[in-house]
Order: sequence, then structure tokens, then C-alpha cells
Amino acid sequence: MPGIAIRRIAGFVATLLVAALVVFVLLDLLPGDPARFILGINASAEAVASLRTQMGFDAPAWQRFGDWLWGMLQGDFGISYTQGAPVAELIAERIWVTLPLAGVAMVISVAVGLPLGIAAARRRGRPADTALMVLAQIGIAIPNFWFGLLLALVFAVMLGWLPTGGFIPWQEDPVSAARSLVLPGLALALPQAAILARVMRTALVEVSGQDFIRTAEAKGMTRGEALWRHGVRNALLPVITILGLQFAFLISGVIIVENVFYLPGLGRLVLAAILERDLVLVRGITMVLIVAVTATMLLTDLLYTLVDPRVRTGGRP
Amino acid sequence: MRSIATLLVSATLLLTGVTAVFAQADDITIAVALEPPALDPTAGAAEAIDIVTYQNIFEGLTRIDRDGSVQPGLASDWTISDDGLSYVFSLREDVVFHDGSTFDADDVAFTFERILADDSTNAQKSLYEVIEAVEVEDPQTVRFTLAQPSGRFLFDIGRGDAVIVASESAENNATLPIGTGPYAFVQWDRGSRVILERFDSYWGDRPPLARATIQFIGDTATLINALLAGEVDGTNNMAAEALEVFANNPEFQVLVGTTEGEVVLATNNRIEPFSDLKVRQAMAHAIDRDALIEGVTYGYSAPIGSHFAPHHPFYVDLTQTYPYDLERARTLLAEAGYEDGFSATLKLPPVGYARQSGQILASQFAEIGITLELINVEWAQWLEDVLTNHDYDLSIVAHVEPFDIGIYADPDYYFGYDNADFRELIETLNTTTDDAERRTLAEEAQRILAEDAVNGYLFELAQTGVWRAGLEGMWQDSPIEGLVLRDLRWSE
Repeated sequence: MPGIAIRRIAGFVATLLVAALVVFVLLDLLPGDPARFILGINASAEAVASLRTQMGFDAPAWQRFGDWLWGMLQGDFGISYTQGAPVAELIAERIWVTLPLAGVAMVISVAVGLPLGIAAARRRGRPADTALMVLAQIGIAIPNFWFGLLLALVFAVMLGWLPTGGFIPWQEDPVSAARSLVLPGLALALPQAAILARVMRTALVEVSGQDFIRTAEAKGMTRGEALWRHGVRNALLPVITILGLQFAFLISGVIIVENVFYLPGLGRLVLAAILERDLVLVRGITMVLIVAVTATMLLTDLLYTLVDPRVRTGGRP
Repeated sequence: MRSIATLLVSATLLLTGVTAVFAQADDITIAVALEPPALDPTAGAAEAIDIVTYQNIFEGLTRIDRDGSVQPGLASDWTISDDGLSYVFSLREDVVFHDGSTFDADDVAFTFERILADDSTNAQKSLYEVIEAVEVEDPQTVRFTLAQPSGRFLFDIGRGDAVIVASESAENNATLPIGTGPYAFVQWDRGSRVILERFDSYWGDRPPLARATIQFIGDTATLINALLAGEVDGTNNMAAEALEVFANNPEFQVLVGTTEGEVVLATNNRIEPFSDLKVRQAMAHAIDRDALIEGVTYGYSAPIGSHFAPHHPFYVDLTQTYPYDLERARTLLAEAGYEDGFSATLKLPPVGYARQSGQILASQFAEIGITLELINVEWAQWLEDVLTNHDYDLSIVAHVEPFDIGIYADPDYYFGYDNADFRELIETLNTTTDDAERRTLAEEAQRILAEDAVNGYLFELAQTGVWRAGLEGMWQDSPIEGLVLRDLRWSE
């Protein structure tokens, strides 16, 4: 177990270093002078040059990369040059929208997806199963921005139950802050729930053919009891894998859904930063997202060993 | 019994109706598409900065009114010396900044020293380089000395780039703007909204609305939902394709006007075949503006024939200089030696009007044998390729600065238009202060550009406001970048 964990963690650190290099090089190669961007097409060359110097663009690339890495290790992500505020501060502000949103979406998708998957597996081959899987297929196919707009149209414009978007800061009004996350959370969760339901069903169906389920039934359990007590835990492995992967999808979904619901989260921040060529900010957010995704992967890997002893022992019984 | 029920219902309706009116009576939420990166209009070109701050938080010595005219601002009046080189401004008394400090001539001197400093990052610094000295005569009087007479000086000092800031607070204006305007900054929830509140110690007329929230909504479909759900009271710029949704809805009013954005088919005059006047004339004859405007803006834009805004008093309609005439276009192309037409690239920045105009123009030019290859670029790449390196054949972009016909007097600008007569004309225009003479010169300048067909002149970007019924005081046209709140009010 310690051997595996150390290997995984070393891989995690190496991934981050490579990612940092790639992010830095790609953004540095991008065409377009950020100073010209800020000052517009009528500004004089002199004003642009002056701003470039102020933004520290005159140092060589390797030195800026080194400074950036060293700064990040100390929690200093640099100063956003369009907003003039520390990147770490900007990210910290926004994460209180994005994290709860991703959390809400994750909880909804698990709470909806897993029971539906189990229900479908138990009714395998029957009309209810077919109906659920058709629904899941539709759920996967619907783009979340469109679903978000539809939700807003029905629940905000027609029924007036929830806001169409926007966000009141938590410290000002926690209730309306939470209300603002309901529709975007649903929009994000739907495709994830649909995927989870399908994976859960397939995994359970596979497990239900195994000897230990037959044995349990032979000992007098009903099929449902046998699946619930012995099947679900064994089917969890692929589900955890998918959950880990889904986190990455959630993060990319967040960027779109935050824009649809005009929520001040990381997704909107990164989009604006890209449009304004705020490279320091884009870099910082990208790294935070990469850390979040790779850390989730690491966690998923480590979770395996808890759920399934076989992973720990390398497959030996 | 039934009548009692009816009575109750109508009473409830009345009550809720009344509360709704009260809730609306002195505040407003306005949606705009782009969030400003910072809130200091003197240190960035982004229009979004002016939308939030100009004439709301910050004011200049003069201010630009809804018809584009120059009105007194923090200067109550001024005298101009006969040679046009010296301006003496009398400043208003009883003006205080939002932090309580008083406004006087020192703030004016500080503001312009900051704009002209070596490390200044004012996007329009070049406009103010005509200023040779700013002298404080007494706390209420300030004298500007110019290097040469300037016909546009009073306009330029009324722009967002020259609003008056205080030395105590200027450094923090990007995040905590302190001005003298009718609205004071309350808070900025980044990524979400800016809240402004009526400034009780404002020197001028008290604005009707006590509170204004500027909400940033980039997505059109989302904006429509927010308006329909009543969460937003209006927007200054609704996508043209969505205006129909509101035009027939009695709860809303649609207000279509013009802006300072001339959409042009920017043409690289330096290179073949565009250096040939006949080729440019042929292209001008091949543009069907009506079809273009219908296709791109659903008919909500005004055609232009030169680089000038139609709402401006000096505007001349030159759209018929080279009327849509394919025969004439083909003849001109043949005369220039391009009987079989030619191919060119068209670099399009990521804005809807440019990308859509590009497609329509490509099909219009195909009629006379000009094949356009459309290349979509991001803004950064556009700035690099087109604006800086002049590495392009054709492009489409809106020039949004007010009264910017002078950009054609710079042969190094990306159009590559090199005309000594025109340069001289602009030089004279810039140094002429008499309004009638200025008009003649500006008309002449427009004519030269139209006849030389320097660029393809397409249309003026429209300002397409959608506002809740009952709101009054909005600007229909937008002669300067901004969203002025001072006159907004809910009708009784």
C-alpha cells in the first residue's frame, strides 16, 4: 500500500510540473500584446511600451517561468494585469461560487443517478429498464447550456420560483446565494446523473451474473437483497472511476453554465481573462483547475485501494 | 359574495401592483454585456469602463451631451483667447469628491499632469499632448495653454479619458473609484455586478434614481430571460436578432439609435491590387449596403458612405458616391486590369457583425469575380496581424472612437492611406476653432475619403436599447461611450 501511494503521489507531482511548463509555454506563444489589448487600437505606441514595462514583460521567458513557479509554491500567483489585483485573491473570491456549484451538481448527480441505475438493473429487460435507459440516453445528449436556459425559462420566467441567474454574495444573503445555485446545479447534474445511471446499471448487471450473487440467492436472499447487500459494493469500482472523471467534465461544464446563469465563478473569470489576454490570470486559474482535477484522480486511485482490497495486493486473492 | 371576492382580488392586485411600483420607484438594474476589467476610465480603453463610470461616478471639465454637443461640466464656463491657444476655465464651487474632499484647480492640474506623465498609461494620451501647460490661477480658476489651436479640445476634455481625479484617491480608482459625479461607487461583486448610489452632496441636480445596479450578462438568451423575469430593467445593447421579442411586448420599449462605431471594410491601401483607386471604386460599387444591413443587423443600422457618424451635426450623406452597380464595378475592375477578378483574404475579428458581414460581402464580391477567403482570428491576433504588422488584405472592424476621421491622416496606420492633401486638411481642421469653418472642413474630409474609397464604408453600429415600459430619460443615440444614469426615472 505505501509503495503504491508513493508512486501515485510522485506521478501527481510530475504531472503538475509538466502541466505548468505546457501552460506557460502555450500562453507565452499566443499572439497578441496584452498591453495593446488593454489600451485599444487608437493608443500610441509609447503608451503601450510604457504599460509593457510596468507589466514586467521585459524579462526573459525562463526567468519569468522560474519566478512564476517559485511564486506559486509560496501561494503567490502574481498580479492580474487587467484587474490589478492578486490572482490568488481573485481565485479565492470566485471559488466560493464554483466549488459549491460543482458540489451541488455532484450530489444531485449521485443522488439521482445511482438509485436510477440500481432500479434499472433490478428490472433488467423490463419496460421500466428500457424507459430509464432511453431517458438516460436523452440526458447525456442534451447540452447543459441549453438545458440551463430551458430550466431558467420554466422555473424563473414562467413560474418565478427561482432567479434566472446572478448571485448575491454568501455573506450578504446566504439563502438567495443558495437559491442561485439550484438551477445551474441541476443543469450541470443532468448529463452526469444520466451517465452515472448507465454505468451503475451495467456494473450491477455484470455483477449479478457472478457466483457470489447466485450463492447468496441460494442461501435464501431475494434477488433485490442479494444485489443490495453484495452487488452494489462490488459494482462501485467503475462508478468511482467515472465519478473521478466526471469531476473534470463538471469543471468544463461549470465554465459554460456559469455564463448562462451569469454566476461570478471561476468559469466566468477564466473566460473573461482569456478574452482580455490576461495571461497571468489565465495561467493561475488553469493551474488551480489542473491541480483540482489531478488531485481528484489521485484521490480516486487511493479510494480504489479502500473499496477493493485486490488493488492493494496487485490482484492476488 | 362574488363581489366581495372580486374586491379582495382587485385589492390584492392593487397592493402588489403598488408595491411593485414602489420597488421600482427609485432604483434600477441595467444589464450590460461586458464587465470592465477595472473602474478607472483614465487608464484603459475598454468601453465597459466608461459604461459604468462616465458621467456617473466621474466627470470632466466639460461633458458630452446626448446629442454629442459639449456642455459645461466641472467648469461652469470658459474664455478662449483670440489666438485659440489659451483657455481659462472657471470651476464650479461646492463640488466635493465622494470621499468628502473638495474639488479645486489643483485636482485639474493633477489630472492632466497624470495623463501627460512619461509613465502614463492613458489610452488617449496623444489627444492631450496638444496641452503645453496647466496653470492654477486660483482655486477656482485654471488656465490651459495649447501648443496650437485645437478645434476639438473642449470635446476631448469631456471624454472619459480626461475625467477629473483627486491626487489622494487616483491610485486606487481602478478598484475603488472616487469621483465627483451624481452617483457614488458602493460595491463591485466581481464577475457579477457594480452597485452605485446617488451622491447626496452632488453639486448639480439631484438624479431621480437613488440606486443603480449594473449587472454583467454576456449571453443573449440569458439576458432575454432576465428581462422577461423582471430581474433586469433594461439593457443598452440587445442583439438585433432578439429585438423582435420585445418590440411587440407592451411591457417593454425598444430604443434604436446610432453609436460612434463606423463598421468599415478596412482595406490595405499599401498593397496590390488595393493601391489602385479603380479597384477600390469597383469594390465600393459591388457593396449592397441594404442587403448587408438587413442580413447582419436585421435592418437596425444606418448605412454610411464615409468615416463619420450619422448623428453628428457635420455628417454628410455620401452613401451614393458609388451606388450599388455591378456593371460599373465590373467595368472598373477591367479597366484596372482585373477582368477576371482576383482573390484576397478577409481577416475577421471575433465579433458577430464582422463575421456575418464577412460572409455576406464574400458573396457580394463574388458577383464581380473577387474571391474572398475568410479567415477568423481572435482579437489578440487581429491586433498583431492587422493593426500592428499590417499583414492583411481586407478586414472588417468598427472604429468606435468619436470624431476619429483623423486616423486617416496617419500614413503608418493600418489602412496605409497616404494622402498629403488630406493630412493638411485634418491639420487645419484640428487647429480650427470656428464651428462653421470646422463644418466645411469636416464635410470636405468626409468627401475625400468617400471618393478615394479608402475603405469600404458599410454601416454605423446601432445602439439597441430594450427598457421596461415606464422608464424615461435614456439616451437613444450614443455619441460617446457611456451609459448615463443622471436623467433616468420611472414615470408616475
